[in-house]
Amino acid sequence: MKKIFFAAGLLLMGTTLFAQSEKYLNAMQANISALDTSFKDPQNLLNVAARFERIADKEKSQWLPYYWAGYCQVVYTYLIQDKSTIDPLADKAELLLKKADSLQPNNSEISCVFSMLATARMLVDPMTRYATYGTMSDNYLSKAILQNPENPRPYYLRGQGLRYTPEQFGGGCKAAINLLKEADEKFKAFKPASDIDPNWGEEQTRKLISDCNQTP
Amino acid sequence: MNRWLIFLMFILPAAGYGQVTISGKVTSHKNQPLFGVSIAIKDSYDGAVSDSSGNFSFSTTETGNQVLEATLQGYQPFQKSINLSQSAIKLDISLKELITELKAVTITAGAFEASDTKRSAVLNSIDVATTAGANADIVGALKTLPGTQQVGESEGLFVRGGAATESKIFMDGSLVNNFFYSSIPGIATRGRFNPFLFKGTVFSSGGYSALYGQALSAALILESKDLPDRTEGDLSVSVIGIGGGIQKLVKNKKASWGFTYNYTNLGLAFAVIKQKQDYFKKPEYHQVDGNFRIKTKWGGFIKYYGYLSWNKLGFRNEDIDSFALRDVFKLENLNTFQNLTWKDNLGRGWKINSGLSFSTNKDDIENELRNESDQKMLITNPIAYALKNFNVHNRDKYAQVRAVLEKRLKALNKIRFGSEYLYSEENTRYVDFQGTSFLQAVKDNFYAVFAESDIYITNNIAARIGLRAEHTAILNRWNMAPRASVSYQFKNNGQLSFAWGIFYQNPDRRYLPASLPNLHFSSATHYILQYQKLTSKRIFRTEAFYKKYHNLYKTETDPLTGQMAAANNNGYGYARGIELFWRDKKSVKNLDYWLSYSFLDTKRDYLNYPAEMQPNFAATHTASLVLKKFVVKWKTGFNASYSFASGRPYFNIQYNPSTDQYHILDQGKTINYNSLGFSMNYLPNIGKKNPKMFSVLVLTVNNVLGQKQIFGYNYATLNDHKIPITPTSKRFVFIGWFVSFGIDRTEDAINNNL
Repeated sequence: MKKIFFAAGLLLMGTTLFAQSEKYLNAMQANISALDTSFKDPQNLLNVAARFERIADKEKSQWLPYYWAGYCQVVYTYLIQDKSTIDPLADKAELLLKKADSLQPNNSEISCVFSMLATARMLVDPMTRYATYGTMSDNYLSKAILQNPENPRPYYLRGQGLRYTPEQFGGGCKAAINLLKEADEKFKAFKPASDIDPNWGEEQTRKLISDCNQTP
Repeated sequence: MNRWLIFLMFILPAAGYGQVTISGKVTSHKNQPLFGVSIAIKDSYDGAVSDSSGNFSFSTTETGNQVLEATLQGYQPFQKSINLSQSAIKLDISLKELITELKAVTITAGAFEASDTKRSAVLNSIDVATTAGANADIVGALKTLPGTQQVGESEGLFVRGGAATESKIFMDGSLVNNFFYSSIPGIATRGRFNPFLFKGTVFSSGGYSALYGQALSAALILESKDLPDRTEGDLSVSVIGIGGGIQKLVKNKKASWGFTYNYTNLGLAFAVIKQKQDYFKKPEYHQVDGNFRIKTKWGGFIKYYGYLSWNKLGFRNEDIDSFALRDVFKLENLNTFQNLTWKDNLGRGWKINSGLSFSTNKDDIENELRNESDQKMLITNPIAYALKNFNVHNRDKYAQVRAVLEKRLKALNKIRFGSEYLYSEENTRYVDFQGTSFLQAVKDNFYAVFAESDIYITNNIAARIGLRAEHTAILNRWNMAPRASVSYQFKNNGQLSFAWGIFYQNPDRRYLPASLPNLHFSSATHYILQYQKLTSKRIFRTEAFYKKYHNLYKTETDPLTGQMAAANNNGYGYARGIELFWRDKKSVKNLDYWLSYSFLDTKRDYLNYPAEMQPNFAATHTASLVLKKFVVKWKTGFNASYSFASGRPYFNIQYNPSTDQYHILDQGKTINYNSLGFSMNYLPNIGKKNPKMFSVLVLTVNNVLGQKQIFGYNYATLNDHKIPITPTSKRFVFIGWFVSFGIDRTEDAINNNL
């Protein structure tokens, strides 16, 4: 009888544990797919960010929900018109990214989002902030490449940055195209560690390349 | 029975998977819907974010007793226990606003702030450096703001009817005694401080804080930079000199040190641009400065900045009394300044801000009358000619100790208090044409204690109340100076502020007699009403002020030396006016401009004025327009500024020994002042990330149109001849190349910077 109890107990534990992580995976997957449709709807993006944050605060030991929450917050700052409101939002994003970084130190993906965050801060007042945040953003991309040379995202981000830098400042399509093509190659070879690991940027890279090809 | 148990064990968790819908509306305590509030069941995945009308709704699979949380930045977090046994819960939430720096009204009456980080800033450090006509001089840039006068014949800040000596300049809390290069007759000298030393500048044109004193008009409060971003070397080459320096950031990024050296020689520039004066010793300047900054364990800083500056010049001018004679002026100056400050967090909301400064100044001035073949002339009849031969030797020492403690109370409320002690020793030896020396030695021990409190009633109403008491040995008197200001923020983010305060000042050293009569402090009472509206791209500000002067110093002429000395406090006066400031970075793409206008009505009876009258440094109308445009295609910034001031009064006041009174022998009003300044900065390396070298090529032209400018008149002593005081040259052109080199290799930069 005791044995049956024990077995039942084990079974029960197993299912709840399994259910737990399945619940986590499902929630994460649902949220990541919700993300794809959120870029045109800032309000929805905030909802998704908040959902990631709730998952992160519940799980506590997972870096990915913090990473995604930080990523959403940074992308949100890119969508808002009044750049003067960016700083407090960026502070929030930084907090989330630091949590992700403490759970998963020295991660190339986190460095990429830190770079995007620095760019967001730079955009508040490019004239005065370029020296600090423009440089910081690029340093994070260099760091991301050092941390994982096979990660396509730092190449894509750097290429995108160059693409939108005025030609007079050494930017434009011509300067960016090789980096974007390199990013594209890396995207083809890249396999994310799981369904819920970062895997964004490939489509955008192709779009940038085709835009550049159309406007020589 | 056991089967039942197992069955129950399996079935129960599943039974909990029913859903509960939670919905409601979030509002502020003022009943306004709040957008972006995150609502969640604590420690679960379930929650929502409120929409623009404050509504939220979500369903949860959690059961039993749970905690519902609602959070939004700037609001007090909300928590409530709920029981999830019903199928739907409706819950309206009201969040209480926190008083935060981001939202709270700022106390701004009377002050203009230049900062790269603060939202109340009107200018930033680049603005100060690139304002056309300012020549990268801090005070030059401030002269484009309302409240300041376009005085070109002497240095200093002339604010709202006040003389230059009535404005004081502070660096990290310490008084800077010789901010400007030593005075030269008829010329406005520059400030000795590079604008890039500072991260923040507060220019208070009245009603300033109780932490500062001894200025009837205005306080310019400069805050030095913290650690540099990286190790850097820099070089500059220009038509007026060369310079170089290094700024080293130590590896752990906790400290930095650096020094610079600048050599300035106006010989080349003066050879090309004809000067009014005939220079036999072209102005030459050497300046070495050094600094270190150490970040403390608690996030504070220990900072040192010091310089040693030497300069020499000499020129001839036609003598005003006789065209056959020349006035010769020679100046040699050695000035040192050392400032050590410590600011830190002491824990439990306490902060300290302390400083120790020491400075010395040495001026050797020679004045001579010479004939056309440059020989010294000693003409004793009339004696007025002989009096033009004299030497002045100043030997000054200043020391200051200061400490301010700050305690942060609930919300943003703060209380600050502190004390300062200043020692000054000013020795002036005047040598007359016969070689007789007159030594005037003035020592002062000056103490002040002060306390100030910031009181935030809500995010919309704040007040600052302060009290300052000072004692000076020169007068052997105490004074008590209360200050107060209050600000109210409207819904549209505009804010209305009012400031009031009493300000005291010692007599100017120039007018200190050998034996001091029974004197008091002179004082001014300020009333300032301000409306300001700031958005990220536009600033509108208007101020009305009234200032009443009491106990201004009246002087008498010493018959022996012809020097004026303070005799009593019977002077008085007033100043009132309206000022406007408008800055706009939005209306025209890539164009940033500001416009300022000041109306000033002021009269005073002080020094040797025979009656209450408009002083010669006060123009009734002053206006400036500053334009900045960066053309991306050319990597070049273009800056222009136009300044206008209505004519200022001038007068010739003479002492009449027979009546023992001062009389106005002649008076009038100068022509209006107009000046167009232009500057261009070419930045070839802009846009490169981690550039090894960053250079700026600068071209500036002052008074581009060569408009005629008259600042006042000099009067002859022997006849009624007068000569206009004009700029030293019709226009001035500056060309310079500034380069900085990143010394870190890129990989070091990556590892050290992140």
